[in-house]
Amino acid sequence: MADRAARGQAHLWVVQRITAMILALAVLVHLITIITAVRGGLSAREILARTQGSEVWLLFYVLFALAAGLHGAIGLRNIAAETLGWRGRGLDFCWLGLGLLTAAFGIRAAFGLYA
Amino acid sequence: MEQLKVSVWRGEDAGGFARYDVPARDNQTVLDVVTHIQRELDPSLAYRFACRVGMCGSCAMTVNGRARWTCRTHVRKVVGADGALELRPLANLPVIRDLAADLAPFFDKWQRAQGFFQPKDAPDGAVPDEFAVVAPGSKARREADAGIECIGCAVCYASCDVVAWNGDYLGPAALNRAWTLVNDARDGARGERLDAVAGDAGCHSCHSTRSCTERCPKQIDPSGAIAGLKRTLFWESLLGGKRHG
Ligand code: HEM
Ligand code: SF4
Ligand code: SF4
Ligand code: FES
Repeated sequence: MADRAARGQAHLWVVQRITAMILALAVLVHLITIITAVRGGLSAREILARTQGSEVWLLFYVLFALAAGLHGAIGLRNIAAETLGWRGRGLDFCWLGLGLLTAAFGIRAAFGLYA
Repeated sequence: MEQLKVSVWRGEDAGGFARYDVPARDNQTVLDVVTHIQRELDPSLAYRFACRVGMCGSCAMTVNGRARWTCRTHVRKVVGADGALELRPLANLPVIRDLAADLAPFFDKWQRAQGFFQPKDAPDGAVPDEFAVVAPGSKARREADAGIECIGCAVCYASCDVVAWNGDYLGPAALNRAWTLVNDARDGARGERLDAVAGDAGCHSCHSTRSCTERCPKQIDPSGAIAGLKRTLFWESLLGGKRHG
């Protein structure tokens, strides 16, 4: 039985790789949307016409925000461990919290566009 | 070039370089140069070697900034135009004295990675009654064969940044050995071994930068082996695969 700490670290790695796969797709969709959206000028009305009441866009942005928040926080965790020596289970929960908090801001914004 | 200008690390972690002039020859390995210094110039020089033919893994040092096996490294391949040669003990390991690094942490990590064979049919170490039938062309056997010729020289370990950043990291050689055993049909400790190599001290800290693979004198690919461990652990943690037994 691996100790729980090692298992938790392996799970963080899995989450980072899966979110990377989601981001690879989401960033592509995001870029295409941006390029299409700015054609003929960017307006709030146009954006809201696309997103308001659309469960598909809501789901996309929620997933995007979750993936970016978690992926970035886990990545920063690795950098902090290697360059600053910040390690430990307590800190891991802080990073996870930071990732979810970042994601929460994105999700709140996505709801703003949906509602 | 008549003389090699050799700078050799003397002392322990807090030491310094000493300069020696060694006659250059047409055919000369770096180990020959060190032996010349010890026999002819300064008998107090500490270094390590045994086989002199690239089998035992005991002669590795840092040669002009790069970890190499010295018994199979020709001077002309690594020497600067001015005949300068700089020799240090292997990096990422404590220094015993002069060119001898302490490999105890390196081999302790092989143990921690469960880098030893545990026969499936005879857990007490006895010889099993039957021969195991292993298809040499099977995918698992080919993976194991690719990493099996490791001589334990620690060149990869000394070349890995993650080892330098994280003192607990098991390192490329131990993880490579674990991967050969994960692929060994006769081994009975697959589950414990995969547990032992998971997490920040194990395969999940590797950045796949491949210095280990580039520098291994035996053309082994520890980076690829570590990717194999990550892949195996990834699918087994997702699908809850059968890891024990
Ligand atoms: C196209 C989408 C993306 C992909 C495919 C991707 C992929 C990856 C991969 C594979 C790693 C691991 C590298 C390693 O361990 O050596 C990584 C690390 C990292 N990523 Fe991403 N990423 C993406 C987007 C992002 C975004 C949007 C952010 C910012 C929020 C980000 C921040 C980081 C950070 C800080 C690291 C840590 C660096 C490290 O561990 O070496 N990534 N990424
Ligand atoms: S591939 Fe991994 S083990 Fe090899 S040198 Fe790079 S970080 Fe170290
Ligand atoms: S993998 Fe290669 S470099 Fe590393 S210890 Fe084995 S033989 Fe030496
Ligand atoms: S002395 Fe044995 S490998 Fe170099």
